Amino acid sequence: MNTGEKPGAVSISGDGEAGAMRGDVILRLSDVVKTFPGVVALSGVELEVRAGEVHCLLGQNGAGKSTLIKILAGVHAPDEGTVEWLGGPVSFGNPLAAVRAGIATIYQELDLVDDLSVAENVFLGHEPERAGFVRNGQMKRETAAILTRLGHGEIDPGRMVRDLSNAGKQLVSMARALSHQAKLIIMDEPSAVLAHDEVANLFRIIRDLTAHGIAVIYISHRLEEIREIGDRVTVLKDGRTSAVNLPARTTATRELVSRMTGRNIEYVFPPRVAVVGEKLLEVTNLTRDREFHDVSLTVHSGEIVGIAGLVGSGRSELLETIFGARRADDGTVVMNGKTIKGVSAAVRNGLGMAPEERKSQALLLGEPVYRNMTLTTFSSLGHGGFTDIGRELEAATRVAEQLQVRPLDVRRLVNTLSGGNQQKVVVGRWLLGGTKLLLLDEPTRGVDVGARAELYQVIHDLTATGVGVLLVSSEVPEVLGLADRVLVMREGRIIRTADAGLLTEDDVLDLVMAGSLHTNGDETT
Amino acid sequence: MTTARNLPVSWMRNVAWTRNLALVGVLIVLFVVGALIRPDLYSDADWVVNNTLVILQHSAAIGVVTVGMTFVIIGGGIDLSVGALIALAGVWSTTVATQSFGPGGMIFCALAVGIGAGLVNGILVAYGKLVPFIATLAMLVAARGLAAQISGKQTQISGDQFINGLARTRILGVPTLVVILIVVAGLGWVLLNRTTFGRRTVAIGGNAEAARLAGINIRRHTMLLYALSGLCCGIAAVMLTSLATSSQAAAAELYELDAIAAAIIGGTLLSGGRGTIVGSMIGVVVFSTITNLFAIANLPTEVQNMVKGGIIVVAVLVQQLQFRLKKRT
Repeated sequence: MNTGEKPGAVSISGDGEAGAMRGDVILRLSDVVKTFPGVVALSGVELEVRAGEVHCLLGQNGAGKSTLIKILAGVHAPDEGTVEWLGGPVSFGNPLAAVRAGIATIYQELDLVDDLSVAENVFLGHEPERAGFVRNGQMKRETAAILTRLGHGEIDPGRMVRDLSNAGKQLVSMARALSHQAKLIIMDEPSAVLAHDEVANLFRIIRDLTAHGIAVIYISHRLEEIREIGDRVTVLKDGRTSAVNLPARTTATRELVSRMTGRNIEYVFPPRVAVVGEKLLEVTNLTRDREFHDVSLTVHSGEIVGIAGLVGSGRSELLETIFGARRADDGTVVMNGKTIKGVSAAVRNGLGMAPEERKSQALLLGEPVYRNMTLTTFSSLGHGGFTDIGRELEAATRVAEQLQVRPLDVRRLVNTLSGGNQQKVVVGRWLLGGTKLLLLDEPTRGVDVGARAELYQVIHDLTATGVGVLLVSSEVPEVLGLADRVLVMREGRIIRTADAGLLTEDDVLDLVMAGSLHTNGDETT
Repeated sequence: MTTARNLPVSWMRNVAWTRNLALVGVLIVLFVVGALIRPDLYSDADWVVNNTLVILQHSAAIGVVTVGMTFVIIGGGIDLSVGALIALAGVWSTTVATQSFGPGGMIFCALAVGIGAGLVNGILVAYGKLVPFIATLAMLVAARGLAAQISGKQTQISGDQFINGLARTRILGVPTLVVILIVVAGLGWVLLNRTTFGRRTVAIGGNAEAARLAGINIRRHTMLLYALSGLCCGIAAVMLTSLATSSQAAAAELYELDAIAAAIIGGTLLSGGRGTIVGSMIGVVVFSTITNLFAIANLPTEVQNMVKGGIIVVAVLVQQLQFRLKKRT
């Protein structure tokens, strides 16, 4: 490397001297272990990446992909095991060290500064400078050169990043990686934010990069993409590598899926006899542009309907729209024979929701348990505009006992409770309000295994009293174990509806990842 | 479950009380400092009682405004227009035309102008989705302009004996203006702690999204909060008119800063969701006591303002320290 001026960042390959030959192993992880307080995130991970290959990383939510990426990006340090980079052991103390060493990461939520220009983002933190002044001309020229190499010379380096589409922002992230002479680029679900034709362009760029010897770690849930762009696949399951270096194009879907499933976490679902009553909720052709399309479903009294789908499949948006918190572009929501528009109408007609982000969407963390429980009912529990704290305490305590909230002290601040108990508080809120239909978005997120079983029991008990439940979860076994009927959602559409007993975990994973078993040409059950 | 009642109250309440006690401690310190500077005055019990009433009389108008401000801040907003609204309500209610309707007409006019302007603030923030800082800043400028236009930049003398008498009469030995403050603060306390309106205010300021998903109409409530602040400004306008026996467009200058400072010293969280009326009221009295002390000691007002600034910083630092300690346990 010559000193002083940055070498024309134009050279995509970082060609010459240090440039690894195509096919050489540039990254090797052995027995990597990472624990966080109370959680083993990674317990023995192997990974081998060669120069010029697209190495795909596959695994369910919670399998440890994010932790692994963060170790490679220098955000976390591994507790045990070795990371070898370009032939020598390394330990990146911080993200900058990893970037300087040539490992660039493009996160799903693109980490760009919206109010800076394209060029300023590309060279953020390593601006070409002279005597403390940024050399804007040089920065723009080099950015233009990199963008041209990426096939997008038409993007003006002076443009504000805010004005770019997601695809454009992704290009800027890639240009930033190249400005650092990256030899390995990690892409975390890059296609999730792209439209279909933009994915093709992304693949063209990836091929161009790999042709110049740059390696790519590609993370995606979509098997067809892995088949199209990938060279080799490593599968993670429960923090371990369950398969390494499978050929991306020829490994059977069935094998890939089975490597990802059969997890060790015990899901204990108490037995339950569903007594399904009259129709409560009817959703017809509900549509919100770019989020979900033409969704129709019904939920009956005493019934649990589960929606299986990945993050980004539109499931949370669907739930919020049914609840009236988002405005539908088309379609209707009818609850108990009344058309629902807006949250107030939804609550009045017996709908309740436990949202995905408990802390930011449901709880008043600085307030005691009972005030969180009576958040929808404090008006009706009081008289003439005055609150009745005595009645509130009594009602909250009754529900807390019923749901076995621990500790059983409704005057405690809600943020001193565990995740599972906080979730009970949110469910209890709707129970107090006499809710007939409960919308549950990821009810067991951040809840430990023991408390999960209790929450499942709570949900069962509710249905026994005639409450209907519409449930969303990214954990397929949870949906299958809890629900009577399962809707599989992918890219904003319901692609399959079936009784839970007729589906297996593999079936559902196949559907959410690869579309339809039939169109995929695989053998069906 | 009876055990629920035997357990200690939540720490939030404890923190509020510790804080209020600390503020009372500050008042005692200020009293001692005064006694050291002017032992001649402070040795006279009658003078001390009288001086205390002077301090409270001085706190009355700003105290009423601070009640409204406390609600707005707990609800997650801020109202920079209070000083300007007082001036506007003051001049509007003392025009020759309004004075012809007598004291009732003047009071009605002041309150109506306050509520009306507050509603405009509220509509801009709640339905126009303007940032409260901007909406009320615009109102500050516009209301002062309108006040100047109405008054023709002249001081308007109030010839009404009833209104002027408010600042010069006592009820059971307590100045009438102080009685008004006590009544407003008492109603404010009940409104915040015992009504559904107060509960909604805390819920919206604490977590607006959670409140919305619980079915609370946060827009309408936000609008009402600014109207309430406007109402308080209308009451304060009558009180100031009474004190000065006149109104002018430049009245109540920088009241917004004093009211915000008093609320924050009193423990109101600027991000919303937490605050007490009692704390805010002690905050107001602390500020008035400092002003009073500087007057007695014949010290320049510049020093006085520096001390006030220092107290605001210390109060916020203490608040952050409390939070950090609480998180550790």
